[in-house]
Amino acid sequence: MKIKSANKHRSAGANSEAKLRSRMRRWEAGALKNSLARLPERRARFASDSGTEIKRLYTPLDLRKNDYLRDLGFPGEPPFTRGAQPTMYRGRFWTMRQYAGFGTARETNLRYRYLLKHGQTGLSVAFDLPTQIGYDSDHALAEGEVGKVGVAISTLQDAEELFRGIPLDKVSTSMTINSTAAVLLAMYIAVAEKQGVRTEALQGTIQNDILKEYAARGTYIYPPGASMRIITDIFDFCRRRLPRFNPISISGYHIREAGSSAVQEAAFTIANGIAYVEAALKAGMDVDEFASRLSFFFNAHNNFLEETAKFRAARRLWGRIMSERFRARDPKSCVLRFHAQTAGCTLTAQQPDNNIVRVAVQAMAAVMGGAQSLHTNSRDEALALPTEDSVRIALRTQQIIAHESGVADTVDPLAGSYAVEALTDEIEAGARKYLKKIDSMGGAVKAIEAGYMQAEIADSAYRHQLAVEKGGRVVVGVNRFETAEQPVNKVLRVSPALEREQRRKLAAFRKKRNSRKALEAVEKVRDAAAGTDNVMPPILEAVKAGATLGEISDALRQLFGEHREI
Amino acid sequence: MNSKKRKIRVLIAKPGLDGHDRGAKVVVRALRDAGMEVIYTGIRQTPEAIAGAAVQEGVDFVGLSCLSGAHNHLFTKVVKLLRAKGARGVTVFAGGIIPASDIPGLKKAGVKAIFPPGTPTRDIAQWLRAAAKHL
Repeated sequence: MKIKSANKHRSAGANSEAKLRSRMRRWEAGALKNSLARLPERRARFASDSGTEIKRLYTPLDLRKNDYLRDLGFPGEPPFTRGAQPTMYRGRFWTMRQYAGFGTARETNLRYRYLLKHGQTGLSVAFDLPTQIGYDSDHALAEGEVGKVGVAISTLQDAEELFRGIPLDKVSTSMTINSTAAVLLAMYIAVAEKQGVRTEALQGTIQNDILKEYAARGTYIYPPGASMRIITDIFDFCRRRLPRFNPISISGYHIREAGSSAVQEAAFTIANGIAYVEAALKAGMDVDEFASRLSFFFNAHNNFLEETAKFRAARRLWGRIMSERFRARDPKSCVLRFHAQTAGCTLTAQQPDNNIVRVAVQAMAAVMGGAQSLHTNSRDEALALPTEDSVRIALRTQQIIAHESGVADTVDPLAGSYAVEALTDEIEAGARKYLKKIDSMGGAVKAIEAGYMQAEIADSAYRHQLAVEKGGRVVVGVNRFETAEQPVNKVLRVSPALEREQRRKLAAFRKKRNSRKALEAVEKVRDAAAGTDNVMPPILEAVKAGATLGEISDALRQLFGEHREI
Repeated sequence: MNSKKRKIRVLIAKPGLDGHDRGAKVVVRALRDAGMEVIYTGIRQTPEAIAGAAVQEGVDFVGLSCLSGAHNHLFTKVVKLLRAKGARGVTVFAGGIIPASDIPGLKKAGVKAIFPPGTPTRDIAQWLRAAAKHL
């Protein structure tokens, strides 16, 4: 009986497919042809910013290979196309998490309290470049950079000041920190201990994704092998001691900012994710012991449909890879949970208020794509760090989408759209092609060492630039609809006095501490790193003993050497 | 007229710790496509290394890119070092996230032109050609 009815169903499907096809041909020859004769289309070929061809019309014919249960399913169940979690935003909105930090810990602490007061629900720490690259604020190479793109943190004392008055058992904290992630995580734990918060209760994320630093962002220190070892040490440490903490945020954001297409962003991020899983397996962990804490970070770019599809495609692809390739048994190991940030590279210095609208559209795509947390950029970020007023508008944008637009009231609302489903399939297929190529090169680490990802990204960036300059790609206010403008002078400035203040503080700290004890603790970090012991426990001891970020990083630099760009 | 005899030589450099080099790399390619000889330093270079490379390579121009906010310190330092090395014929230009209010100070310090985000690369090439007339 069952077989019969299935056959009947299939032939009914084939019938309606044939009927649809013939009706579509009739439409093309009739109404469409007449319309095109009267009014040709705006372009010969439509494509997204990142090169994906966009068809005139999507119909059920584009989805004929799609099987609902196999390819979409239900939210919170494999392959997770429809969402990471069953109720999505009906249960709780995404975490509104604005990336912030500048100057000294004291200034940044004030900005955090401001954001929390205005309804932000999680913290996101931006560190300055010296902190990200393992130089103390008084290092010669830090000159001019202290406190500029984020907060300067050299010591545990700085970290304490950063989180003063913020209850670390209640607020989750995301830290954009990679090559020095182990040190900042150790400081975070030490601050929590001083607040009387148990390590097990800590919630948050460290970015800790070194592969995209080599490929796109540039804050690497050590060569890839050493970096991967530190990362797997962190995985193992977090698994045992910080079960609610994400030890990595595998990031496509910066790959996209550096110029990649949407497909490349999804593909390279997942390729890097595969490399981390393989490294952890090689270090002796079982896939279900760590995979559920892997988190992701994507860019929310301009093309609303393509971006929505990208998030859904990435979630499905990861879900499939984790179960098929890595044989994860726990469904939680197969869920791609992600943070999204609107695309900084789309912000224009011209007519900066227009950026508010760009950000709103991009944020909407992130929500349609099922983001777990979101940062919305501020209108003035093509000019400088954002002012308080601009940051408030950016946060309000999220609140308006959440509370007023209605899109958060049903799960995965664009599912079933012929266009969105077709693009979701296409992005997954395109990403798989790249993964195959990267596998054939020996994996993401090898592909990055060979400069493959970097070259692909640079090619896409240049293609985009040429399209903008030839006028094929309209950027409102830049190559079309320009107006004469007064330069914007109300931008946030980080006073050079803060760099001096930070250096003074650091000098006083060094004077006050027991230097012998601190340097002995650094020696133990180096011993662990030279052997096979996990580096996290001695790093935690070292920061508590007063060792600075720069001292710990220098010890590892001497041992591991430094990565040089090819 | 002499510019026909040899190509304009440009060093594009990323001073400081900033790793954002999408713009720098795009400018490198655009200037090459415009027929210039372009050397790119890669990211995270010290002002000393940049000035040294400019002298060693005998370039006509040094283009500095910085998005980290450290431009006032770093650009000024590169100009000073070039002067100290006697490379007076080298013209410095720049791009990146540079607030409008910083531009007069940088120009006074010897950065001849600043190209903000959204500048078409052909404008940069045109400016370089005009500035290279004396070569």
